[in-house]
Amino acid sequence: MLYSDKVMDHFRNPRNMGTIDDADGIGEVGNAKCGDIMKMYLKIDRGIITDVKFNTFGCGSAIATSSMATEMIKGKSVKEALMLSNKAVVEALDGLPAQKIHCSVLAEEAVKAAIDNYYEKNPESFREDLFRLEDDEDSCSSGCGGCSGCGGF
Amino acid sequence: MQVYADNAATTKMSKKSFETTVSYMENEYGNPSSLYTIGQKAQEALVSARESIAGNLGCEPREITFTSGGSEADNQAIVSAAEIGIKKGKKHIISTEFEHHAVLHTLDKLKKRGFEITLLPVHSDGLVRVGELSKAIRPDTVLVTIMFANNEIGTLQPIAEIGKLCKEKGVIFHTDAVQAVGHVKVNVKELNIDMLSMSAHKFHGPKGAGLLYARKGILLSSIIEGGAQERGKRAGTENVPAIVGMAAAFTESCENMDANYQYVKGLRDILIDELSKIPHSKINGSVEKRLPGNVNICFEGIEGESLLLLLDDKGVSASSGSACTSGSLDPSHVLLALGLPHEIAHGSLRLSLSEYNTEEEVKHIIKVVPEVVEYLRSMSPVWKDLKEGRKEYVI
Repeated sequence: MLYSDKVMDHFRNPRNMGTIDDADGIGEVGNAKCGDIMKMYLKIDRGIITDVKFNTFGCGSAIATSSMATEMIKGKSVKEALMLSNKAVVEALDGLPAQKIHCSVLAEEAVKAAIDNYYEKNPESFREDLFRLEDDEDSCSSGCGGCSGCGGF
Repeated sequence: MQVYADNAATTKMSKKSFETTVSYMENEYGNPSSLYTIGQKAQEALVSARESIAGNLGCEPREITFTSGGSEADNQAIVSAAEIGIKKGKKHIISTEFEHHAVLHTLDKLKKRGFEITLLPVHSDGLVRVGELSKAIRPDTVLVTIMFANNEIGTLQPIAEIGKLCKEKGVIFHTDAVQAVGHVKVNVKELNIDMLSMSAHKFHGPKGAGLLYARKGILLSSIIEGGAQERGKRAGTENVPAIVGMAAAFTESCENMDANYQYVKGLRDILIDELSKIPHSKINGSVEKRLPGNVNICFEGIEGESLLLLLDDKGVSASSGSACTSGSLDPSHVLLALGLPHEIAHGSLRLSLSEYNTEEEVKHIIKVVPEVVEYLRSMSPVWKDLKEGRKEYVI
């Protein structure tokens, strides 16, 4: 089989499929020419992603990675969502065929594009989230002294 | 319900072909080059397979070289013509934009050896224009290679006119007839075909057998060196079980061709009529000049691979020209050659029927395809944009 059971499960029963009319952030990535477009809708309340929906035009893995990405960021802070990597999506799906890795990259980019759009519309929140991020930094126990996740802000 | 609707990819073996093939694996398994009885029996089987196939193609048995299938036959035909061209100082070959990769990739290789290749357009109906071919033929043209029927959209090329023109102009004419033989009447002499490729598994024969017909007088170059099998033109112990199975399947297909044609075309026309009712869909290629079993249709706003996976869940085996089924980011070169934009070509579906399909199966396809298309459109941002007027429909 081309795809893992998990990919097929997310493809057959996509989580969080749909749109949000009053979304706080919307991101669209990919293009129809290449055969993949993902559109991500976020509802954000005080730095927490309270709801997320997606629409995808694409192959089985494009739909599955969109679904998995929404599941991985729902209920998480914006900061955590920004740290979502395509690799994590691939791992959560028990792997993807090599020629399908670009779908997971699109899923990561769709999340980031939606958050970008949210900050564009809410520059104040950006500052608030920034402070919250600094607070979080105190509780970070990794002692790395500024990893890309925390130090990036 | 399970519906196999991908007969252009491969077919189920007929009972007769299967039993013939197996008997030559189990009983008459000798090497045709051996002198003892069991080897000679295999040799006799090869002789009669060659005679029976030649009879159905309208050629001499000695004009047939057995190969491993259509791709090998295409390779050998083109390479042989190129060798003839080199000897005569003719290094120009004409083909079409939508040939099978067995032809296009072989031509790419020849380009590196200094050949000039002209690929004719196939227009939105998927048909070559004989007038354009005539203009493209030059004094240094050695070969015209144009497929009999396209593997994705099933369009039947004007082979008789092409054969006549090539004969008049003294150019070798090869046709990849893999999709056509066994389904429509093919007589190489009547159609003035100099070389023809065919493959057993497209007409209910076994995989791993095919042949190259080359008119007497056209010198073949061997592309597999070794023993003196196939008059030294194709080394390697003959695949006797598959070859006799091919002959059995071909005889059956030719005997029942008229009845099969009418029956399969009837089923196909129901499919075309019903699936065309799906809004913003389009049948690709000429409906009139088309193989009896081929349906190729695009649905705007969705992508082919997800369509195939969901159809598979509903028991339908089909195929698509979407990029995701090809391993590259570009959709099928055949659909692009028709002038379809990338985003439309990604949403294509090929259903290819055979005489083994039933009306109930066709009804099942008609029921599930619109369901799956509607579901995928419901989650497609492209469809949402089209529906809400932010983008213009293309089809």
